[in-house]
Amino acid sequence: MIVAEKLSKYFGSKKVIQDVSIEVKRGAITSFIGPNGAGKSTLLSMVSRLLKQDDGIVYLDGKDVHKQKSKDLAKTIAILRQSNVVQMRLTVRELVSFGRFPYSSGRLTDEDEQKVSEAIAYVNLEEMEDNYLNELSGGQKQRAFIAMVLAQDTDYILLDEPLNNLDMKHAVQMMKLLRKLVEDFGKTILLVIHDINFASVYSDRIVAMKDGKIVAEGPTEDIIQSDVLKSIYDLDIDVHNISCNRICVYF
Amino acid sequence: MKLIYLFIITVLLAVCSLFVGVENVSFSALWNMDEEAWNIVMISRLPRMLSIIMAGTSLSICGLIMQQLTQNKFVSPTTAGTMDWARLGILVSLLFFTDASPIWKMCIAAAFALFGTLLFMGILQRLKQKDTIFIPLVGIMLGNVVSSIATFFALKFDLVQNMSSWLQGDFSLIMEGRYELLYISVPLLIIAFLFANMFTVAGMGEDFATNLGLPYKYVVNVGLIIVAIITAVVILTVGVIPFLGLIVPNIVSIYRGDNLKNSIWHTAVLGAAFLLVCDIAGRLIIYPYEISVGLMVGVIGTGIFLYMLLRRNAYA
Repeated sequence: MIVAEKLSKYFGSKKVIQDVSIEVKRGAITSFIGPNGAGKSTLLSMVSRLLKQDDGIVYLDGKDVHKQKSKDLAKTIAILRQSNVVQMRLTVRELVSFGRFPYSSGRLTDEDEQKVSEAIAYVNLEEMEDNYLNELSGGQKQRAFIAMVLAQDTDYILLDEPLNNLDMKHAVQMMKLLRKLVEDFGKTILLVIHDINFASVYSDRIVAMKDGKIVAEGPTEDIIQSDVLKSIYDLDIDVHNISCNRICVYF
Repeated sequence: MKLIYLFIITVLLAVCSLFVGVENVSFSALWNMDEEAWNIVMISRLPRMLSIIMAGTSLSICGLIMQQLTQNKFVSPTTAGTMDWARLGILVSLLFFTDASPIWKMCIAAAFALFGTLLFMGILQRLKQKDTIFIPLVGIMLGNVVSSIATFFALKFDLVQNMSSWLQGDFSLIMEGRYELLYISVPLLIIAFLFANMFTVAGMGEDFATNLGLPYKYVVNVGLIIVAIITAVVILTVGVIPFLGLIVPNIVSIYRGDNLKNSIWHTAVLGAAFLLVCDIAGRLIIYPYEISVGLMVGVIGTGIFLYMLLRRNAYA
């Protein structure tokens, strides 16, 4: 379980996260939604020790994240940030192999190779595995990075806008894949996501943030409500039940 | 190209290098244990060949490390100003530590090179515009400022003659007793090979590396220290060899990609081969005189560099 207690973060004198406390349940998809600049990505970065908070503590399975060895953490928690610009000429397989770095420091064992192949197959990139990343489309690149995170084989997976650059088909595939990871392997997934309908249909819980604070939190059906959404986005949003899914209409 | 072919070519070039020069040395003379021939080889030709191989290999690896860590194909000891800082360091050691042994001079030069490279990395992080061409331009400008400071003090203290000998890489003065400092690069290269995987991951950026549990700052610092010491050693023994650290890793990158595990051996061997070719050509073109290797690499290197710039979108 991830527990954050009274997290704060300043950039200069600006408080981007203010006293945020949160508990994230295991074996579920938790989506973080909210307007731009709400502090969602910053929160995820602090939870995954990429960014040091100015106040507060993050506990991962009961232990302070910043007091654990980075190498051990890399086997428990993986994060994929928004922009992954690669200048380097690396093949898909080489990138995915980086996911095994915490286990074998670059000298892959047979087991590592196996996991790498599985991860590539999971995102349907087998045919492209020897292609260089700069030869791929935006969506294929995104899937390659997801595969790397899968190869890292961690209990917790944090993804910052994983649907970026994906077309509808691949976005749906991606969310189904994440769902499958939760159901098949009991992974715990945290997402920052902008499309609230994807959040609504695929997540178990939703955390809504605004101006560096959590404004609403709970099971998906409690958050995807017109009045709650209005308070988050300052926008009139109709919520309809369509084939057992709660769909927001806000156009 | 297979590594083994590249290696064989390099060995052949190295052998050629032994037999090129004003004083004629032949196979048969060596075979018959001709004392004079052996003297020439042992005192002059062999040290020259060894120092070319060491300088070529280590400068290319330096460039590879820098390009990897800055995620920029156009950064190298030349374009980041590392070489200019090392020269300033040598000047300082000449001015203030006149009696210091070569090892100490090397240490001071390396310290300057390290400081300059860290400064460059610091500026890099602060730059809003991460344009591939803009970054090396900043490095070149910084290097030129440092270089003009060095020239100013050299003029003031009548050290211009000394300074210019480090301006242009030259192997003609290399002989037994004057190149041994270069051996320092060998253990550093071994460390670079051991760190190859980590440099690759560090090259993906700090967040990416931290996520994989890599101690990012430590790895970057190890890389930069290797670069600084090697640059200082090469300048002190041979002089500035421009562009080598830029061209060789880029050529290898085109056909081997950027995973250091795949490219580091090729870069090392191709670096030696490239410098051997330049040196042999420099010795033959105006035989019996010779063109300094710094000039040769500069001329050939500029051409290749321009070519790379013009078609960078194709692969970089």
